[in-house]
Amino acid sequence: MVKFLKRFYLTLIFIFLYAPILVLIVFSFNESKSRGYWGGFTLKWYVELFRDRDILKALYYTFLVALLSSIISTVIGTFSAIGIHNMGLFTKKMALNINYLPVLNPDIVTGIALMTLFVSLNMRLGFMTMLISHTVFNIPYVILSVLPKLKQMDKNMTEAALDLGATPSYALRKVIIPQIMPGVITGALIAFTLSIDDFVISFFTTGSGVTNLSILVYSMAKRGVKPSINALTTLMLLTVVILLLLINKRTTKGDELIP
Amino acid sequence: MKRTSILLITCLFIFASLLVLPGCKQDKVVLNIYNWGEYIDPELLEKFEKETGIKINLDLFETNEHMLAKLETGGTQYDVIFPSDYVIEEMIKKDLLAKIDFSNIPNFRYVGDRFKNLNYDPTNEYSVPYFWGTVGIMYNTEMVDEEVDSWDILWKEKYAGKILMLDSMRDTIGVALKKLGYSVNETDPGRLEEAKQLLIQQRPLVNGYYVDEIKDMMINGDAAIAVNWSGAAMDIYWEGIENIRFVVPKEGSNLWFDCMVIPKTSQHKKEAEMFINFMLDPENAYQNSLYVGYVSPVTEAFERLMQENPEVADMDAYNPSEEVLDKCEVFIDLGDNRPLYNRIWTEIKVQ
Repeated sequence: MVKFLKRFYLTLIFIFLYAPILVLIVFSFNESKSRGYWGGFTLKWYVELFRDRDILKALYYTFLVALLSSIISTVIGTFSAIGIHNMGLFTKKMALNINYLPVLNPDIVTGIALMTLFVSLNMRLGFMTMLISHTVFNIPYVILSVLPKLKQMDKNMTEAALDLGATPSYALRKVIIPQIMPGVITGALIAFTLSIDDFVISFFTTGSGVTNLSILVYSMAKRGVKPSINALTTLMLLTVVILLLLINKRTTKGDELIP
Repeated sequence: MKRTSILLITCLFIFASLLVLPGCKQDKVVLNIYNWGEYIDPELLEKFEKETGIKINLDLFETNEHMLAKLETGGTQYDVIFPSDYVIEEMIKKDLLAKIDFSNIPNFRYVGDRFKNLNYDPTNEYSVPYFWGTVGIMYNTEMVDEEVDSWDILWKEKYAGKILMLDSMRDTIGVALKKLGYSVNETDPGRLEEAKQLLIQQRPLVNGYYVDEIKDMMINGDAAIAVNWSGAAMDIYWEGIENIRFVVPKEGSNLWFDCMVIPKTSQHKKEAEMFINFMLDPENAYQNSLYVGYVSPVTEAFERLMQENPEVADMDAYNPSEEVLDKCEVFIDLGDNRPLYNRIWTEIKVQ
């Protein structure tokens, strides 16, 4: 009985989590444009997707910004975390609190603040401003995911490396970074997803023809979201699933563990 | 490790130069257009680029308010924007719009007289209509077997729980005002109180207040009657769904417009006017109306679409009768009366 309840509970949770995604996938094959009305099976939205200049352009910008901003913010965030880790007690607390602020701040405040900043600096809103904004809101998350790994690390390791003649930069590369790698990768992944996800900040900091997927989808609110978007999300989901499977296969087979 | 870091740095440089380079070749004029998503035929943009050699950058917004917030901060260089009627009035008051030089827009003569000099821009100096429509009653012919021609049907006990109202302050209060025979721009507190009472009295019959969901709920048969914009009814028609009809009630209704305007900050006003002129060309207006599915104010385009799709001629969503149209009004910015409307709206919603 207990076993049954356990199973039942688990299934319920999975249904809850995956039902919306399943519906979305099913409706990407729907002949009719409307949600909730089945007009027959079709692949035309997939064909249309690859013909749609705007969607493909938005996809390109979304990934370019996500990739660049996650790389840049991971580099900056990791070094900041190492720095914060080695600070004195009081300054460390200060730095951490300052780091929490952007995380707790509502997106709309961050978005409008960044826009006002760019405008007052006479910067033209566009790709650059959007990339900077994404990097800015990603950095705190990277710091927060790297810090615990630094705390777990044995302090003596670095000292031992230095004692044995490693230069500080050599110790950093060969001792510290490999140990905190799982935290760095998690940070990069969080940054990547946050960037793909973001609408509010992107909306206010972009301009001159640069549109990402979330802006594109929201802007369709007036006319109803095109099923091509369902097709696109289905394909993106498939890519993620395949990637996960590949990673799982590697981690179970190989000796190198990827978090 | 060294190699990878060098690789990474080189990659960054390449990316950075890729980003900077497109900014250098500024010999072509670039026109920045700010529109709703899926609200213009992309083929027309390409056609314009080919004909004039001007490059078009299309940016998208999702609500008038977001668009306004972004425009007011500055830093954007939009040349043509597509706001709705009441926002244009606000933009004129805030001095955000440039006066359009109509000598550069000869095609303006193709726009029907009914769509010129409207309330939001009385002297027609700042805006050119793009699409228009009405607010009306959408109903399912399988669930409603009487003739629908009046707002009264929204208060019939028979349809309790099967009525959907718009979650939009002006539109819904406007419906009640029109039913009472007043103007949609009424500011008299006594008359507004009457409208409020009417809507509170209707509350138990209403399934809910929605916006975009109405279309799907009607198609699914979750409701029998709904208040909605004519554009949504056109979408349903183009979908080929036949049991949903749309009627503009005989008491009259709201007439809405989405227009093209040029903000003061535009750096390419001449080219922006060329673009507006291009969109008013009957051939292009027809193509655009067919793509978007909404009704064009360009008379020739409007009539051509009717000739090629004869059914739409009888549809209130596309071609409401002159009589009814005469009773329809465009919203005026509420100005100082906005708090009064807000209060009434809250009182209705909390019921």
